[in-house]
Amino acid sequence: MRMGRALALAKKDWKKVLRDPAFLFIIILFPVMLTLAFGTSFGAVGGSQTVTLNVAAVPLGGNSTSSLLFVKDLQSTNVVKVSWYADNQTAQSELSQGLVQVIVVLPAGFDTTVQSFRANPGAPGLWTNTTVALYLDKGSLIAAQVIPSVVQQVLQQGVLGIKSAAQASPFSLSTPTEVKVQGTTVFQMFAPGLFAFASIYMIMMVAQSYTTERESGLLSRILVTPATSVDILAGSVVSYLAIGLVQALLVFACVYALGYHPAADMAGLAVGFLVITVFALCNIGFGLITAAVAKSAGAATGISFVFLMPQLFLGTFVGTALSSTASAAGRFLPAYYVTDALTSLWTRGAPALSQTVLTDLAFVSVSSVIILMVGIQVFKSFGNR
Amino acid sequence: MQREIGRTTTAIAIEGLTKDYGDVRAVEGLTLNISEAEIFGLLGPNGSGKTTTINCLTGLLKPTKGRVRVNGFDVQSQQHQAREVMGVSPQETAIYPYLTGKENVQLFGQLYSVPKAELRQRVDHVLEKVGLLEDAGRRVGKYSGGMKRRVSIAMALVTDPKIILLDEPTVGMDPQARRAIWDFVLELRDQGKTIMLTTHYMEEAEELCDEVAIIDHGKLIALGSPEDLKGRFKARDLEDVFIQLTGRRIREGA
Repeated sequence: MRMGRALALAKKDWKKVLRDPAFLFIIILFPVMLTLAFGTSFGAVGGSQTVTLNVAAVPLGGNSTSSLLFVKDLQSTNVVKVSWYADNQTAQSELSQGLVQVIVVLPAGFDTTVQSFRANPGAPGLWTNTTVALYLDKGSLIAAQVIPSVVQQVLQQGVLGIKSAAQASPFSLSTPTEVKVQGTTVFQMFAPGLFAFASIYMIMMVAQSYTTERESGLLSRILVTPATSVDILAGSVVSYLAIGLVQALLVFACVYALGYHPAADMAGLAVGFLVITVFALCNIGFGLITAAVAKSAGAATGISFVFLMPQLFLGTFVGTALSSTASAAGRFLPAYYVTDALTSLWTRGAPALSQTVLTDLAFVSVSSVIILMVGIQVFKSFGNR
Repeated sequence: MQREIGRTTTAIAIEGLTKDYGDVRAVEGLTLNISEAEIFGLLGPNGSGKTTTINCLTGLLKPTKGRVRVNGFDVQSQQHQAREVMGVSPQETAIYPYLTGKENVQLFGQLYSVPKAELRQRVDHVLEKVGLLEDAGRRVGKYSGGMKRRVSIAMALVTDPKIILLDEPTVGMDPQARRAIWDFVLELRDQGKTIMLTTHYMEEAEELCDEVAIIDHGKLIALGSPEDLKGRFKARDLEDVFIQLTGRRIREGA
């Protein structure tokens, strides 16, 4: 492979994106318009979901009778799945990776508080008051809106046996940490998915580009020069990786302007952009497969939806509103892991090298490279017939 | 690199070329030897096998039988070396509509790894020769059909190739542009280039070609210089030669 040839071909592709109105619209203007339209429409509106929240219970005083009762009652509400954590630090790490959405820290004196209430239910002055700390996932509207009242209810009615909500209680709930309920909008929850959503359309562009060049005889013409098929494909990879990065930066600028401010440091931002850029390889691969199968540019547009729609519905922000079965199906698609990584990094503020992020990055990288390789082989075998 | 052909004057050697598309035989047992510094015309009606022969020469198509050598290099087994010495202008005007004329020509120079400074000079030279220097900064999507054809020829010639394959080079051009291209082709021949062109314009073949091969239904039916052929068949022109050989006019199709 000669890098000079690949770069010359890549430069040609960049000019196409900037000068061809159809490409300019799909690759650059459409993602920007979609983000702006989505952000404007949903920026200040809450959403509703039917979900089971994962709750981490951290009993600082150990597993006492009262804490066991609390967890049992909390579990019986059927809106949460409770797991025990020995320390707050581990639970915080899980929260940042999206593995749990809520942390309830039961203080060391939890049992003492319950006993003091039971001994003198009508004498608040004799109670040992205490505070139950709550940590909630920023990205989960349900957690923010539902959990404080559910926990309060379980503490009062379940643990203490208080019938009236108006009756005094020795327990108070801390103001949920790291939660900005008023600022958490549907748009902020869905913003990470927009990056994958925008990139997915690259499948159609790659397929159309190759089929158009084949139809016009340009592909054959290049193939009778000393440029090899490796040069041609390397040129495409270079150009579309750069296009993917530019696209991601534009979407980022839009979502930022609309109020989505990632809870990430420079490392988190860099890893996020790395994930999106690597994802472009997957889209190039699907584009090549489409171009190999399609007989014309028009057919390529239609066939590209075979790869585009599943990723779009199961792997982007759309997937968050789907059933558990659909969500499970999404786990087979690279786009799902792009959205998940960005949600962990930029919405939940997970460290750049946290387990979830690294797992997502690994899946996106390995699957994208495999899909690209398959695409190259399929196109080399059937693409220029 | 050692030349494989004994006769150093042979630039293109086609030996028993046969190409089948399924049950259809497009070219049958074609044998031609084209000398260096010669303009060779491949004449025949549409569907006679001219473009198939060109595609076998460039290595785009694999012959069913036979062998093709360009500048001594076997087109199948020494494809890269063969392509390094060839400039090809295909029948369809294969150019990038969103690039300017100059960018299209430059791109093809870059694909042949022509050094930057040299490429700048060559691009301007070929664009001037095909009469497009003034319009070189416009995107070719807005060019007329004849202008596109001239860009396509410039793309084939920017690398200063030793062997030039022109498939219907002047289709769609006005008489003035066609004359300019003819002059350029003759100039290239005088510089020692070997040019193989296909055409169904008999006047073009008579004006340019040192030797012509007339093919019909994939078979060679006549070979010689235009003057030889006209003399042999006592014909006024090559069209008349074709009529005497086949009973049809060349533009009536195969």
